[in-house]
Amino acid sequence: MSLMTLRDLTVRRGECPVVDHVTLSVGGGECIGLIGPNGAGKTTLLRAALGLLPASGESTLATLPALERARAAAWMPQAREIAWPVTVERLIALGRIPHLPRGARLREQDRAAVEAAIARMGLDSYRARTATQLSGGEQARVLIARALAQETPLLLADEPIAGLDPAHQIATMEVFAALAREGRSVIVSLHDLGLAARHCTRLLMMVRGQLTADGPPGAVLTPQNVDRVFGVSAFYEDTAQGPVFQPMQVTR
Amino acid sequence: MRLAPGLVLLVAVLFVLSLLSGQAPVGAGQSLTALIAGDGTPLAVVMREIRLPRALLAAMIGAVLGLSGAAMQGYLRNPLAEPGLIGVSGASALGAVLAIQTGLSLMFPLALPLAALGMAVLAVLLILALAGPRGASITLILAGIAISALAGALTSLVLNLSPNPFAAADIVFWMMGSLADRSFTHVWLAAPFMAVGALLLASLGRGLDALTLGEDAAEALGIGLSGLRLRLILGTAACVGAATAVAGAIGFVGLVVPHLLRPAVGARPSSLLWASALGGAAMVLAADIAVRELLPARDLKLGVLMALVGAPLFLHLIYKTRKEMA
Repeated sequence: MSLMTLRDLTVRRGECPVVDHVTLSVGGGECIGLIGPNGAGKTTLLRAALGLLPASGESTLATLPALERARAAAWMPQAREIAWPVTVERLIALGRIPHLPRGARLREQDRAAVEAAIARMGLDSYRARTATQLSGGEQARVLIARALAQETPLLLADEPIAGLDPAHQIATMEVFAALAREGRSVIVSLHDLGLAARHCTRLLMMVRGQLTADGPPGAVLTPQNVDRVFGVSAFYEDTAQGPVFQPMQVTR
Repeated sequence: MRLAPGLVLLVAVLFVLSLLSGQAPVGAGQSLTALIAGDGTPLAVVMREIRLPRALLAAMIGAVLGLSGAAMQGYLRNPLAEPGLIGVSGASALGAVLAIQTGLSLMFPLALPLAALGMAVLAVLLILALAGPRGASITLILAGIAISALAGALTSLVLNLSPNPFAAADIVFWMMGSLADRSFTHVWLAAPFMAVGALLLASLGRGLDALTLGEDAAEALGIGLSGLRLRLILGTAACVGAATAVAGAIGFVGLVVPHLLRPAVGARPSSLLWASALGGAAMVLAADIAVRELLPARDLKLGVLMALVGAPLFLHLIYKTRKEMA
C-alpha cells in the first residue's frame, strides 16, 4: 500500500530547479532518512510533497483536500515555532485538530492519542510545563509529540533531532523505527549519517535538487556516493552492534 | 471554567452601573423601574432613549474591539498587534472627517457613520488587493501600515486645508472618540456589521490555535490560511469600521484586553476570543462610566480616557513581560 507517491515533482525558484524531477513512492512500515548537504532541496521536497509549495509534477498528498491530507500525513517543520506560552499537554493536543469535529472538545480517543504521544516521547513530567520556557531540545521533543498525536499513517519531519542530546537523538530515532515496525511510515531529514545508517530502513540521498540515490542504507552510503554528494570520506562497517558510519575527512 | 461566569457577571454589573450613571439625580430603583416600565415620563425617556443605547453601544464596541484584538494577535502571533493595524479604523475616521468637513453630517444624522463605513469598505478592498492572494501575514501588515499612513495623511490634509475653524474643532473632538449623545439609530446602524464581524471572528478559533505552531504547521493541520486571513480581514473590518463609525477612535482596548486576559485562559488563542470580547465590553463600559463620573461638567472624551488608562497599563505589562523574560 502506498502512502505517498511523487512523480516528477519539480519546484523552481525563478529558472533554477530547487527540486528536480523527483520520483519516489513510500509504502507502509518504512523509516526513511532524507539526507543531503545544505541546500540540496530536502525541506523544499518535503513541503512540496505536502502541497505547501506550488510545484509541477505530481504528489498524491498534495492533491488531497486539506483536511484529508492532514489525516494522511503529519508535518513537523524545521522552524520550531511555539507562539504562545501554552502548556506542553495543550500544545501536543493541537495535533488532534484535523480529527476533531467542528467545535468539539477533545474526546476519549483524542486524549488517548495525546497520552500515547506523551508516553512515546517520555514527556510525562513535562505535561504541565509552559512550552515556551523549555530548552530548544525539549521544545523539539514536544513538537515531535505533537506530530505523533496526529496519528497519521505518514509522518514527515524536517531535522527533528537537530539540537537534541545524544540520548534523545537515539531515543527519537528509535521512536521512528518503532512506528515503522507498527506499519506506519516516517520520512525524516537529518544530517547525522551515523544515526541514519543505524535506524533507517531506507535512505533518500539528494544533491542539487535531484534524488541521486534511493535504497537501504548500505546501498546508498557507498564511499563513492558519500564522496560525490558530501565531499567527505567515511568509515562504514556492519558490526555486531549494528551498522556504524562515521564521516572521517573532507575530500575536497 | 470560572473565568466565563466572572466576566459575564462583571459585564452585567457594569452595564447596570452605566445605566445609572448620568446627570439626572435620581435613585437607582426609580431609574430602573422607569426603564422597564417605559411609562412615558421624562425619566423613562432618558433611560430608554439616552442611557440604554449608550450602555449598549459601550458593551458592543468594547466586545468587538476586544474580540478583533484577540483575533489579530492570534493570527499575527504577536501580542503587540491590534485591530487598527489593518488600517480600517484610520480609513473609517477619514470618512467621518470628510462628512464633517463637507457639512454632510449636518444635513442628515446618519451621514457621518455612513461615510465612515463607506471608507472602511474601501480600505478593505484596497487591503485585499494589496495583501495578495496567498495567506502570508507579513504582506497584510505592510498593506495595513500603508493604508493607515495614507488615511492619516489625508485626515491631516483635510484639517490642514479646512477653511472653517468650527468644522476643524468638530473634527478634532470627534476623533477623540465618545459615546455621548448616541441614540438607538447608532445601535441599529452598527449592530448588523458587528454581528457579522463577530461571527466571522468567532469562527477563527481552531485556525488560530493551529497557528500557535506557525503558518506551515497550521496549513499541514488542514487549516486553509488564505480563507482564514480573508475571514480575519472582513471580520475585523466590519467590527472596527462600525465601532469607529459610531464612536470615533477608541484605542488600546484591542491591544490591552487580550494581553491582560491571556494568562487567565492558558494562552490559548481560541479561548482568548470570547474572553477578550467580554473583557473589552467590561473595559469600555467602565471607562464610559468614568468619563461621566470623573468630570461630569466637562465633556471628557472616552478615547482620551482610554488612552490615559491604557498606556500606563500597557507599560506595566511590558515591564512584567520583561521580568518574565529575564
